[in-house]
Amino acid sequence: MKKNYTDDITGIPAMSVAELSAALAKKEISAAEAAEAYLKRIHCADPDIGAYITVTEEAAMKTAAEIDKARMNGEKLPPLAGIPCGIKDNICTKGIKTTCASRTLENFIPPYNAHVCTKLGDERVTVLGKLNMDEYAMGSSTETSYFRKTKNPWNTERVPGGSSGGSAAAVAAGEAAFALGSDTGGSVRQPASFCGVVGIKPTYGRVSRYGLIAFASSLDQIGVLTRSVYDNALVLSSIAGYDKNDATSENVPDEDFTDGIDSGIKGLKIGVPDEFFGDGVADEVKTAVLNAAKKLESLGTELVRLSMPTLKYALPAYYVISGAEASSNLARFDGVRYGRRTDNYENITKLYSRSRSEGFGTEVKRRIMMGTFALSSGYYDAYYKKALSVRTLIINEYSSAFGKCDAILSPVAPTAAYKTGEKTDSPLEMYMGDIFTVPVNIAGIPAISVPCGKTAEGLPVGMQLAGRRFEEKILYRIGYAFEKGASL
Amino acid sequence: MNINDYECVIGLEVHVELKTETKIFCGCSTAFGAEPNTQCCPVCTGMPGTLPVLNKKVIEYAVKAGIATDCTIAKLSKEDRKNYFYPDLPKAYQISQFDLPLCAKGHIDIETPDGAKRIGITRIHIEEDAGKLIHDDKKGTLIDCNRCGVPLIEIVSEPDMRSASEALAYLKKLKSIMECAGVSDCRMNEGSLRCDVNLSVRKKGETALGTRTEMKNLNSFKFIQKAIEYEFRRQSEEVDKGGKIVQETRRYDQATGKTESMRSKENADDYRYFPDPDLPLIKLGDDEVKRIAGDIPELPNARKLRFMKVFGLAAYDAEMLISETSVAAFYEKAAVKTQYPKLLVNLIIGEILKLLPQDATEPDYKASPEQLAKIAEMLGNGEINSGTAKKVLHEVWENGAEPETYVSENNLAQINSEEILGRIVDEAVRADPKSVSDYKKGKTAAFKALMGKIMAKTSGRGNPEILTKLLEERLGRE
Repeated sequence: MKKNYTDDITGIPAMSVAELSAALAKKEISAAEAAEAYLKRIHCADPDIGAYITVTEEAAMKTAAEIDKARMNGEKLPPLAGIPCGIKDNICTKGIKTTCASRTLENFIPPYNAHVCTKLGDERVTVLGKLNMDEYAMGSSTETSYFRKTKNPWNTERVPGGSSGGSAAAVAAGEAAFALGSDTGGSVRQPASFCGVVGIKPTYGRVSRYGLIAFASSLDQIGVLTRSVYDNALVLSSIAGYDKNDATSENVPDEDFTDGIDSGIKGLKIGVPDEFFGDGVADEVKTAVLNAAKKLESLGTELVRLSMPTLKYALPAYYVISGAEASSNLARFDGVRYGRRTDNYENITKLYSRSRSEGFGTEVKRRIMMGTFALSSGYYDAYYKKALSVRTLIINEYSSAFGKCDAILSPVAPTAAYKTGEKTDSPLEMYMGDIFTVPVNIAGIPAISVPCGKTAEGLPVGMQLAGRRFEEKILYRIGYAFEKGASL
Repeated sequence: MNINDYECVIGLEVHVELKTETKIFCGCSTAFGAEPNTQCCPVCTGMPGTLPVLNKKVIEYAVKAGIATDCTIAKLSKEDRKNYFYPDLPKAYQISQFDLPLCAKGHIDIETPDGAKRIGITRIHIEEDAGKLIHDDKKGTLIDCNRCGVPLIEIVSEPDMRSASEALAYLKKLKSIMECAGVSDCRMNEGSLRCDVNLSVRKKGETALGTRTEMKNLNSFKFIQKAIEYEFRRQSEEVDKGGKIVQETRRYDQATGKTESMRSKENADDYRYFPDPDLPLIKLGDDEVKRIAGDIPELPNARKLRFMKVFGLAAYDAEMLISETSVAAFYEKAAVKTQYPKLLVNLIIGEILKLLPQDATEPDYKASPEQLAKIAEMLGNGEINSGTAKKVLHEVWENGAEPETYVSENNLAQINSEEILGRIVDEAVRADPKSVSDYKKGKTAAFKALMGKIMAKTSGRGNPEILTKLLEERLGRE
């Protein structure tokens, strides 16, 4: 039976982060009340939706109580204090099980925090729990999770997208005021699109990767999912920033992304690449995004037609690069020092092979094999080295395009959410779904997914806006203006 | 088979632990000897989500090592992942350098009996160390991660060495250079200096290289020497009877003195090297390299030239002295306290180098530079002869004697009186007519025999030069 968990959200879970923050500051609502409301919602909806792997009820109530006490004592608290949120389960939370939705880490409790979690801790948010995902972030539908599949809250017979499916579903269903996800090839933007929420993948190097369990080191970024563009900018401001423990973190000044978000978008140029509106895109998606383009034009932007022919090579380059890096990053899961070790081994070789064979799911194994092959002697030049050259072409293609416009518009995915099980037998078809999101990761630029329409069946469609490195503010301005100007 | 028909071709791969305070990619201590797993953290134990950040001091030390061996320092280099599974490797890859090493094309000069020889250095690169495996009969294999992430440089030589003694001379010189440059304490017994030997053989006169084997588990100079000698013989015999050398890694067995095959290289490991995406490129400007160069103290070659100039030493002798940092320091302290710095050389090279244990961590000098200087003074002034000088040194070293006191108490002063010595020579000649006639027939051994008897008669105190002169004259009158 298909259910919709997005039209029955009431009370505190229906408030935006900004609204809730204001109410908490004015003591109209207590942090305990906020936490309770969200936990109640989780108890009610999540047995069906399955967004959460771990719910940290006790810890959440404890945090909330401390915040309420501090506020009673007249302490001035950060804007996100007491805001209930969820964290994707590949982001290390100290003392809380972090599994990557994999059997290999089913009982792994990290003794350290990811940098972003330390920052959120400084903000004194209320962590509700850890969110479901595709195993090791490898997937586009949250169907490869070892624990369970997450359902799309708009229609529970459909996938929420992936790999941050739990994050997107939780936000869409009112089970979290905001959520952190991760995006390597579209894993924040595509589920945001499928679940009708806002999702951003920041510039590579904007947010620290320390504590994000690595899938593809040169592509991964932690992203934010929220119901509104303003909320998204608010949360990103608190997790972004240089981290000396991440050598790929860029030492750029801290930014408040809400600053100037409502300054309008007159005069901005929005590029529309021919290649992204061709035959492979479902008609309803094309229509929704092109209508959004018209809307943006009416809000004062200039549409610029682009041709970006090399972007089609991004997908194969992505699968080579991400597979290669993943094969190396996942080699540490060998059952020796932490994680699950097989019960049955006579020697070290069997310990390795059985722990990993028993621990990893099929998709993860597929990617590791592909990646190992791409790096192997005799094939390195033809695959990995070649993919790195393609990467340079993609970067140059975007550079050239950004000489003509300030943001590039495209669909997020070729379709809206498909049915559970529809693509699990055809990995290649599943991979093709990443075609619009992947070039962004390859180039290291920021991109946001903003809801822009619905299919006839009522399924959300998102539009993607990609920008120059470190120009998230422009993307937020466009998203904000669109949200305000559009009525869905 | 005649082993002299064959030539041994040797290259060394030396790993040197850099003595930075903290590890290469995290802030853990590098101190030796701590309780297992007390000097590690999520980064160096490869826990999920952790990331490496390069310790700048590691670059500085590695560049010093490169400058000290006349290498070209790369303006641009990178770090690569070397992927393989082993329980002492937490990330299942080692961060190393593959095709763009930090330093390249240097050399080390050694002294051989045939003169100075230049041994080429192909490259020096930085990498992280792995942990230690301890095999326990009851508990199984235990892993100590303290050593994971300790910074190493790998120094690869050209295959320019032709004997065990050349290999040892290179290694000793390398050790002394690294110690002087201040980049490592080079203790083989603590593992801060490790050496693998690549060896092949060929018929003398051939220019093509034979198939080489790699030898591991050589943790002392003695074992390196024995392993080279064994493997040279083994390969020569194999080639001589028409066999083929298998390219493989061989483990030196310290008990039997033999090398054994560890694994065949037929299924060679494919390390799937690729640039580590977690780390930026290493860029070094000329100014930076100059600054680091300016920070390097006096290196062995410079010290050798200074000893030759200031103390008038021969090249070979100076080379022997600077081969160990503590020996050079000891010599210098003693040399300024005597008028006879050259005499000190023989005492040190001939006696002290033999008295010091070869692989000692901190050589324990049982004589002071002052005491040695005193002995050199007495020798130079003719108060004692060289035989006595050796004896006194041993007494000082082994029994804590004081040189002057010991000489006077034991009546060891040299006899220089021609009158007294002449009488003894005369008596010895008259008492041994056979030796005299042998000498007349041209047998020089007879001279030595007579001299031996004469010396004994003087209780070892006779002045050797005067005695030689007197004996020659005396025999001339027969």
